[in-house]
Amino acid sequence: MLSILVRRIANIIPTLLAVIALVFLLFSVLPGSFISGMNEDGRSTIDPAVMERMRKEMGLDDPLPERFAKYVARTAVGDLGTSFRTREPVTSMIGARVWPSLKLVFAAMAFAICVGVTLGFVAALKPGSLVDTLSMVGAISGLSLSQFWFGLMLMYLFALQLKLLPSFGYGDGGLRHLILPAVALGVGPMALLARTTRAAVVEVLNADFVRTARSKGMSERLVVKWHVLRNALVLVVTIVGLQFGSLMGQAVVVEKLFAWPGVGSLLVDSVFQRDMPSVQGCILMIVLFFLVINTLVDLAYVVIDPRIRYR
Amino acid sequence: MRKLVSLAAAFVLAGVAAANAQETPRKGGTIRMTAPYAASFGSLDPQATPRAQDDIVGKALHRTLYNWDTAHSKLVLELAKSVSVSPDGLVYTYKLRDDAYFHNGRKMTADDIIYSYTRIMDGTKGYPGARYVRLIKGAADVEKGTAKEISGLKKIDDFTLEMTITDRVDPGYYFFSGTTAILPKEEVEKGNFAAHPVGLGPFKFKEHIPGSRVVAERWDKFYKPGKPYADKLEVLIMADAAARDIAFRNKEIDTSILGPAQYVAYRADPELSKDILEVAEMFTRAMQFNPSFKPFSDKRVRQAINYAIDSDLIIKRLVKDKAYRAVSWLPPSSAAFDKTVKPYAYDPAKAKKLLAEAGYPNGFEFELTTSQNESWGLPIVEAMIPYLDKVGIKLKPKLVEVTVLTEIAMKGDHQAFIGSNLTGPDSLATLRCYYSKTPRTACNYTSFNNPQFDKLLDSAAQEGDQAKRNDLLRQANNLLYEEAPVWFFNYNKAVLARQPWLHGLQANPTEITHQYPEDIWVDATSPAK
Repeated sequence: MLSILVRRIANIIPTLLAVIALVFLLFSVLPGSFISGMNEDGRSTIDPAVMERMRKEMGLDDPLPERFAKYVARTAVGDLGTSFRTREPVTSMIGARVWPSLKLVFAAMAFAICVGVTLGFVAALKPGSLVDTLSMVGAISGLSLSQFWFGLMLMYLFALQLKLLPSFGYGDGGLRHLILPAVALGVGPMALLARTTRAAVVEVLNADFVRTARSKGMSERLVVKWHVLRNALVLVVTIVGLQFGSLMGQAVVVEKLFAWPGVGSLLVDSVFQRDMPSVQGCILMIVLFFLVINTLVDLAYVVIDPRIRYR
Repeated sequence: MRKLVSLAAAFVLAGVAAANAQETPRKGGTIRMTAPYAASFGSLDPQATPRAQDDIVGKALHRTLYNWDTAHSKLVLELAKSVSVSPDGLVYTYKLRDDAYFHNGRKMTADDIIYSYTRIMDGTKGYPGARYVRLIKGAADVEKGTAKEISGLKKIDDFTLEMTITDRVDPGYYFFSGTTAILPKEEVEKGNFAAHPVGLGPFKFKEHIPGSRVVAERWDKFYKPGKPYADKLEVLIMADAAARDIAFRNKEIDTSILGPAQYVAYRADPELSKDILEVAEMFTRAMQFNPSFKPFSDKRVRQAINYAIDSDLIIKRLVKDKAYRAVSWLPPSSAAFDKTVKPYAYDPAKAKKLLAEAGYPNGFEFELTTSQNESWGLPIVEAMIPYLDKVGIKLKPKLVEVTVLTEIAMKGDHQAFIGSNLTGPDSLATLRCYYSKTPRTACNYTSFNNPQFDKLLDSAAQEGDQAKRNDLLRQANNLLYEEAPVWFFNYNKAVLARQPWLHGLQANPTEITHQYPEDIWVDATSPAK
């Protein structure tokens, strides 16, 4: 297990380097700069002399290779630079956003797993039934929904009409404020999990070893518990892992809509204002989260199915 | 009959008394304002950020030498009790307030103003307020690094400050900007000031959850007796208009800035329409012509475009009346605005005639650089196309991100562009964008060069009498109207919806979200704790 872990971590490093290079180059060729972005919406005025000075201070006039080399050297020691916009260290800006983001992503995934896997299981155990049809209609709808529209509908129903939950904001960081954004973010993975679980369970239910277990006289409950559940879980865990990893990036829309103070909303603002150090830091954070979750999923395979071995 | 009159009088008096009782500000409660322009604040260090979003909080936590008085549409002293001006109009002697306390309990003195302005001129930092402080004699030397102190700032005593300026202008226009807020040296030098801002404002910083909200508490030592009224102020970040609408209707926020679509819905609602605050903000939306593109070097072509487009109809149908027709470059709130001037009429026949006279009887084709903005971007450009087509002009839109628009305008890398421009409150500074010596990078995007205009502006800058100065600026503004270096489209109508329990909001034409929160109060019907 330890060697697997070491190998996986070693794989993360070149991936991160590639991402750093890609993001850096991409934003270097994009038109617009932080300084011109200060006049977004025509509500600010920029003084050319100040602009010039700021460009110098931020190192924007330095040659691209020099900037890139400096950036990689700083990142290697954990320094993500200073935000153009706030003049604060990017690490502390991201640090303040990580916990709300993690809370949102974990809550969304918990919702997706609880509802999606349950729906998928129930549907697979009773194929063709009303439950199956309704679950799959729900799953397909969930996959097709726009997070933005669904989020607004949740706000409208649960906040404005039913007065059950607050429509936006972080509040005290508690459950009441978390529910709506988590459901809005989790509905996509929930739908995907429902479909995947159903497909995986149906496949395992038709497998030879399940037929054997049944022919041995094992009760249906035990067949499902010992044979179906465990074998279907490998595929489900793969989807969970992939969805989990990418949720941090997907949270951008939901965080902005619900004014949730996560990494996603920081990224949106940073992109629009061309705050390069902050953009790079946020993307690095999101990619790192994806890679860590995937490593954990790889390790989980070994626990779930001991037959799986990595070379 | 006498009885009837007495009864009527009693009713009137009772009504007045009731109205007065209702208007008596209530102490306590929480104000919940919204910050709608981005998903986070840039910085809570007011000197480090020029963004409108950040100054919403800035107005609560910090103070500047001058304030904008919305009720009288003028600048007023804020951190000084009085000011005397030398006969040449260049030396200002301020008697500062001796009752202004920073949130750390220390009294403000002249040293704090000198420190703050000197910090802004730190040439290695590029603070946005440097453009204003540069007005003070010797400030530019500090910026260049050739001096450590601003020679034009002299402390007479703790509460008397002498300021020598380089131009004969009203320094109020320069020192009311949030980027020139007065900060306490000892707090700034502790480091990480933006995380723990300390100012002179009516509210004291309590909490900042980046990307969510700023919470501030009443500052009991605020220098205006009895103010602020509220115990607490929350500034909630709500960048999405649809979400803000739901939160407002759900009574979770006290103010909401409205876009064109919401403006229509709110006006149609019998309840919501009662509490809408509207103001012509000092932003002029216009298509600016680049004279290096040959057709636009001819005044008749530029005038023809102004005649060719039915701006009123576009404002009515597309902008949903959430704008005022632009008559000239200066907005109506400017003292130099000429109320007798009428906007260019919609007259395609006249437009065609002018084009023919200019040598373009069959029109021409040009590229218009635009952003996506709903009030002055692509939707407007799309509406312009058929009007221009009617007079033979083919318009090709080129869409860019709003961040890029300014850069393109500065480089002159366009034939024309459409944007929103800050046009107040300082009319002289606004019109200087058309002064021949103002570079394109500074704001002369149309490379305007007119000796008569320059002369009017030079005379205005030298004129000490405010009325005469305004008259000269009025003439310059009218000349601009005649020369039409832009297609005058609209002035922004800023619309702020407020909850019925929120009182004391000001229709601030410099930026409607910038409220002085010490004047705002909530009545007992507010659901906020």
